Amino acid sequence: MTVDRSRLPEVAPDPHFAFPVIVRHRLDNGLQVRTVEHPGVPVISFIVQVDGGSGADPSHQEGLAAIVADMIDEGTGSLSAIDVSDALARIGADYDVDVGADATTFGLTTLTRFADRGAALLASLITRPSLRDIDFTRVRQLRLDRLRQLKDLPPAVAERAFLRLLYGTHPYGHLPIGNDRALRDITRSDVVNFHEAVYRPDRATLVVVGPMAHSEMVRTAQDAFGSWSVARREPPFSTAAGDPSFNGRARLAIIARDGAAQSELRIGQLAARRNTPDYPSLLVMNAILGGQFVSRVNLKLREEKGYTYGARTGFDWRRALAPFVFQASVHTAATAEAVKDAVAEIAGMGADRPPSSDELVLARASLTRGYPRNFETAPQVARGVAQLALYHLPDTYFGEFIPNVNAVSAEHVVAAAKRYLRPDELTTLIVGDHASVGESLLSVGLGTPELLPSES
Amino acid sequence: MLAVTAVDLPFTKRTLGNGLDVIVHEDDHVPIVAVNIWYHVGSKNERLGRTGFAHLFEHLMFEGSAHHNAGYFAPLQRAGALLNGSTNTDRTNYWEVVPTSALDLALWMESDRMGYLLPALTRERFETQRDVVLNERRQNYENRPYGLALMAILSALFPPEHPYHWMTIGAAEDIQAMAFEDVQEFFRTYYHPANASLVLAGDIDAERGFELAEAYFGELPAGQKPAPVRAAAALLREHRLMFEDRVELPRIYMAWHSPAMFAPGDAEMDLLADLLANGKTSRLYRTLVYERRIAVDVSAYQSSREVGSFFLIVVTASPGHPLSEIASLIDNEIQAVIDDGPTRNELERSMAQAEAHFVYRLQTVGGFGGKSDQLNAYNVLRRDPGYFAGDLERYRAATREGVRAAAEAHLKFDQRVLLTVVPRGQQALSLPGAEAVAVS
Repeated sequence: MTVDRSRLPEVAPDPHFAFPVIVRHRLDNGLQVRTVEHPGVPVISFIVQVDGGSGADPSHQEGLAAIVADMIDEGTGSLSAIDVSDALARIGADYDVDVGADATTFGLTTLTRFADRGAALLASLITRPSLRDIDFTRVRQLRLDRLRQLKDLPPAVAERAFLRLLYGTHPYGHLPIGNDRALRDITRSDVVNFHEAVYRPDRATLVVVGPMAHSEMVRTAQDAFGSWSVARREPPFSTAAGDPSFNGRARLAIIARDGAAQSELRIGQLAARRNTPDYPSLLVMNAILGGQFVSRVNLKLREEKGYTYGARTGFDWRRALAPFVFQASVHTAATAEAVKDAVAEIAGMGADRPPSSDELVLARASLTRGYPRNFETAPQVARGVAQLALYHLPDTYFGEFIPNVNAVSAEHVVAAAKRYLRPDELTTLIVGDHASVGESLLSVGLGTPELLPSES
Repeated sequence: MLAVTAVDLPFTKRTLGNGLDVIVHEDDHVPIVAVNIWYHVGSKNERLGRTGFAHLFEHLMFEGSAHHNAGYFAPLQRAGALLNGSTNTDRTNYWEVVPTSALDLALWMESDRMGYLLPALTRERFETQRDVVLNERRQNYENRPYGLALMAILSALFPPEHPYHWMTIGAAEDIQAMAFEDVQEFFRTYYHPANASLVLAGDIDAERGFELAEAYFGELPAGQKPAPVRAAAALLREHRLMFEDRVELPRIYMAWHSPAMFAPGDAEMDLLADLLANGKTSRLYRTLVYERRIAVDVSAYQSSREVGSFFLIVVTASPGHPLSEIASLIDNEIQAVIDDGPTRNELERSMAQAEAHFVYRLQTVGGFGGKSDQLNAYNVLRRDPGYFAGDLERYRAATREGVRAAAEAHLKFDQRVLLTVVPRGQQALSLPGAEAVAVS
């Protein structure tokens, strides 16, 4: 065969893929269990997702949910923190914790032959953590030190300040790590109370994915988590964050970082909830605008102008209103130009620059044709299923994703852009060298930038 | 019980007439194929004053080739591919994970840039990517706390003529001075079938894989395999260095030369890193963070490389705790391992983790660290794509005495680089006798 290099080879029709089948169960204590049979490598993944994340931090206790999550593997029963770490290592387990805005998610992946040991250990940690004072003071101090270190990390400084700009005092207005004053005020009894109120079987979901029959995984779940009981009868405090209100005007702010080689940029606004019916349209819109390498913002700022190593946009999804954000780290000298270019790209989508048919085809295809690769490993599938639980999406979601995205038209994208991107209300934040860029930012047309302090 | 695969990474290998190694691994769990190409060139093939070129060249590989004279990403993303590339000291890799329906496209694209890159390369594209790389450098090194520490360590650990003296990203002034004209020679020397290795892993039949590889790559002319890079380095004393950075907390780095990738002692040094700093049970975490609370984090790793490795310990001090106290406690822990080796418990634990992680490595066909990338690593750096089982065996064969002896042989207090990074204006926080070094 001789290769025809006069044109690219045709891509054949998409191969068939059978998406994971989710089976639901409910234990007597109220714990929702979802299992998926995932043949292949002898690896099993457990995820426990507790309803309540950083958005459930009580006011003035920002950082509490994350401290509680951190305390989970600091001891249980007769096991100290060191013993727990040893027990995890002995089954080769990968253990991780993610504190999101709406939920706290614990993952444990181990070899199938250690499934029961892994599940029992995870259950013991989550349902009966020691929460000892001596561990609490150490964990809290480490988080205070971490907070201090984040001050030197421009992306962290920007992310923190940007949430505050977008959400104000709303429960989503802070990072899971919280702030210095709140961390210092949190006590061990706050940790115990939060754990009792939030870590309950009737507010949690367990996902099990591995090369086993559903019945066997349910048995493992029952053995490990069946004895989890509700510690207190009264209903937990609300962990459901209501919608914040829009800013309603454009803002331009800067946090000074003297002598910085680059400016860290965030441009965005509150946009939509994860469960919006416009979700497929927003995904396609974002893919075109900044969700992939060949997006408008990356091609403009990186490939055409060479201002940055990479520029992108995305939604930081939540149950309540989530932000749409452009982000890039750009050469200091290019700061004002980069801001103007990014704003122009965001504004163009719903106005004079609707998606071309090429862009639309590419965006839909990149989202759908590669979709099956998200189901390759047990941990991937488990995370995917946990997301469905978090956002109350149907078990048929995976199978419907491709047709739903392929049904998005240019008109849908433009309508979504008009509805959710409001260029006159964009908030722009720069973490960079104020002396070098301050003057040039006047050309953005939003007046003199507000100078913000770096948060403690 | 559903079918379970063994802990193995089976493959078939053939070499095309032009010298291109082709390796196929079959796994039909998901209808995708990973295409993974390694070129045996990295920053070790550069020389002082011309650093950063291999990595910049990797960027140019995404800018189009003769028969597809436009960006590399668009046609592949339109077909549902995930793709990327990376450069390190020893090799440059490129990969796509495509639906089975787009395998031809991926092979067409990869073969076109292997064979016909230069006609599409313009001075303008070159200059834009040079700016992108300078921004990458600012973002990931200059503007990041402690981001330049490794640069200071490498330049002290390896002499100027050694190919690991510089970081892969290169010196900023070298990148600025790069000439468009140098691209041609670099391409001809390193980017050809005899210096490359192709792996196809996923839902593909081996015979079909070889047919496709022959069809797309077989026509490319053979090049001359570049001579292997060899170099030696030794430290004759302890080098104490320091620099000030935009950081809140002082940090100490200790670095030593250690056995090259796959050489005797390499696996033992990896286990030693585990024992010292992986998890709360590790000796340094336990002593410094858990018990004494004088450090906020610890890490250690054996950075295994082709020409020669280095072993690194990194500890960040808690506010107000002197690095000198931390340094002497680290030394105590090292001495304890040299004296008595790991306990049986510690070795069992490390072994259990190593075994599990070898299984975890079998979960994905593509991407960085996926099965296709591993087969290429073993083929290019070990000349044995079947080394997965042998690699695991190295860990299984490690003994307490072996780890102890490796620590004694390589972690010498008077032959190391000791770098401290301190907050600006607080030189006094560094170790006594540390020499200030300039990094940028």
